Amino acid sequence: MSSLAVASAGRRRKTWTWLYFLLPSLAIMLVFFIYPIILTVFYSFTNLALTGEAAKNLKFIGFDNYTHMFEDPTVRTSIWNTLVFLIGSAVVGQQVLGFLIALFMKHKNKWFRRVVGTIVLAGWVTPEIVCALCLYSFFSDEGTLNAMLQSVGIPEVTWLYTVPMITIILANIWHGTAFSMLVFQAALDDVPSEIEEAAVVDGATKWQILTRVTIPYIKETITTNMMLVTLQTLGVFGLIYAMTGGGPGTSTTTLPIFMYNQAFVNYQLGYGTAISLLLLFIGIILSLFYIRSMRD
Amino acid sequence: MYKWIQDIAASFPDKSIEIKPTPIQASEGDYFAKIALALKSKDTAPDIVTEDTFILNSDASAGYLEPLDDKLTGWEDWSNGSFIEALKKGVTASDGKVYGVPYNTDSRGLWYNKTLFKQAGLPEDWAPKTWDEVLDAARTIKQKLPDVVPFWMNMGKATGEATSMQTYEMLLYGTGERLYDNATSKWITKSQGILDALQFIQTINKEKLGPPLSKVLNGQAGNTSAREYLPQGKLAISLDGSWIPGNYLPNGAAPWPEYKDVLGFAPMPTSKGQAPGSITLAGGWALSIPSNSQHKDAAWEVIKYALNKENSKKLVIASGNITVRADVAQDPEYTAMPFNDLATAYLANAEFRPAQDKYPEVSTQIQTMVESVATGTSPADAANKYAQDVTRIVGDGNTIEK
Repeated sequence: MSSLAVASAGRRRKTWTWLYFLLPSLAIMLVFFIYPIILTVFYSFTNLALTGEAAKNLKFIGFDNYTHMFEDPTVRTSIWNTLVFLIGSAVVGQQVLGFLIALFMKHKNKWFRRVVGTIVLAGWVTPEIVCALCLYSFFSDEGTLNAMLQSVGIPEVTWLYTVPMITIILANIWHGTAFSMLVFQAALDDVPSEIEEAAVVDGATKWQILTRVTIPYIKETITTNMMLVTLQTLGVFGLIYAMTGGGPGTSTTTLPIFMYNQAFVNYQLGYGTAISLLLLFIGIILSLFYIRSMRD
Repeated sequence: MYKWIQDIAASFPDKSIEIKPTPIQASEGDYFAKIALALKSKDTAPDIVTEDTFILNSDASAGYLEPLDDKLTGWEDWSNGSFIEALKKGVTASDGKVYGVPYNTDSRGLWYNKTLFKQAGLPEDWAPKTWDEVLDAARTIKQKLPDVVPFWMNMGKATGEATSMQTYEMLLYGTGERLYDNATSKWITKSQGILDALQFIQTINKEKLGPPLSKVLNGQAGNTSAREYLPQGKLAISLDGSWIPGNYLPNGAAPWPEYKDVLGFAPMPTSKGQAPGSITLAGGWALSIPSNSQHKDAAWEVIKYALNKENSKKLVIASGNITVRADVAQDPEYTAMPFNDLATAYLANAEFRPAQDKYPEVSTQIQTMVESVATGTSPADAANKYAQDVTRIVGDGNTIEK
């Protein structure tokens, strides 16, 4: 009896120690993560503004910001632009291109891998804003691209004005592909060569090996990478803001740009936070979708 | 301006007061957001803040600024006619109180290149009476000098307030219409004036009398027109502000000694030449004291000193802005600056942006409307969208149709 009591007391003490050690990080999470999220949710139901009458009188306005959001055609445009940017630059661009580069490099010698790898990585290690300025000067009216085209007699094209969405998609591909490449390189290296060799012996073509052996083998990596790249791309702001500022018109206004404009150009912080929650919501939906497809 | 503040700080007689200039590095739009955030808290609020008069009323409604009426009654410069009376409107908020002492202002009009006008056979002493005369001059330029951009006005969202004020409001007010109806205290969301102003913008773009859209829709548009196109003879007429020559001074961004002889500055006519014949919008900046300031009395002493006649004059001469003081306007050193007399004279018909705390938000809707017309939306559609958006911002009961 007494030994049992000691044991359970000891176990209980252990439980508390565990919590005790976790407290600091819990406190940090609470202060820097949970609290701001709760505050954001709260502010999204208010008329919080940076200046003007509303800055003095914070009022609870219920779902006004949200109903307003669904009536605002610019919100729809921004959601659409965000999805186009996401699919173009993350899902198709970074993911597919990263995979192809990794595949292409798989059986090449070390020296070749290093050179290609370094070139691709250059885009990734460049800070977002520097990357934006580089590509801005590449695509701008008097930029490198037009200079190159003109040297072979092709007239100047106003890229940032005529095809702004394509320029920012290419910029984000340039910036982010290295991440996918590295992930896929690691995954492809893990595919046991015996399986592929067995397929060769069975008379499978290269395409069949790729689609029926290699890709199914790294399926989980593909989904994980898709999720990471998606979440990264959803939050891209500096790149687009510096290159096109969301324009011309609203043609490259994605949700982060729209949110910034509402909060810091129109000074409507309440509305801005509501939009940020919409962005969070889209991120959650997409993540759930990926996690689900991973389970299947 | 920064150098001027340093000089003020060095020469201020009361040495017990320390003046520490803190410049803010930000784009024009971000400046206001940063200022608003700083003014919110006692820990970050400066003792004196420079306020653009268009945001002054918003910041006053937000409770960020200290009303100065009590202090002003004791300052004889304010009441003895030293300050131009009309400009006091710009620092008076909708509650009737004064929230800042103006230190510069500006007017707007048509800058034109006389050399190009001569080549195109247009009068070098140009004074259009109506919008049609402006358009005709632009058409002549296009026909005679096909490589030159005939007419430039800011039309993008990226050029922010310049698009609202220099372009749209100059046009709208020239039709006799206003943004805000003072009699009923309501925003005007529908009027013939709105459509006429948008029609003018559409004509410029439809007939290709304006700059390429890729140049005018980005944030650098104002600099491109003033610092590159106009001095290089690539642009004939520019609807822009009185501060432009500041760029051409020896210490300016684009020194251009010949500007005095090459440029002309014509008043912007009203749409059909109706009274008062020409129109200008005036803006400008003021020194204000934040409510959260820790040293309000000292701040007031500094403002009085900084904006006395001598120091005001130094500031406007160094920056190329126009003065808010009637006594400086008479000063030979000031009038010797080219175009200052013209720019100051245009102030006689000066209009201001509405002193309403919703104005900054309405202004961004104006920019959206102007840009959409410039890129091909019909004036009617753009105006409808504007009406909806403004109604949403100011509330259903606060709009009026004319």
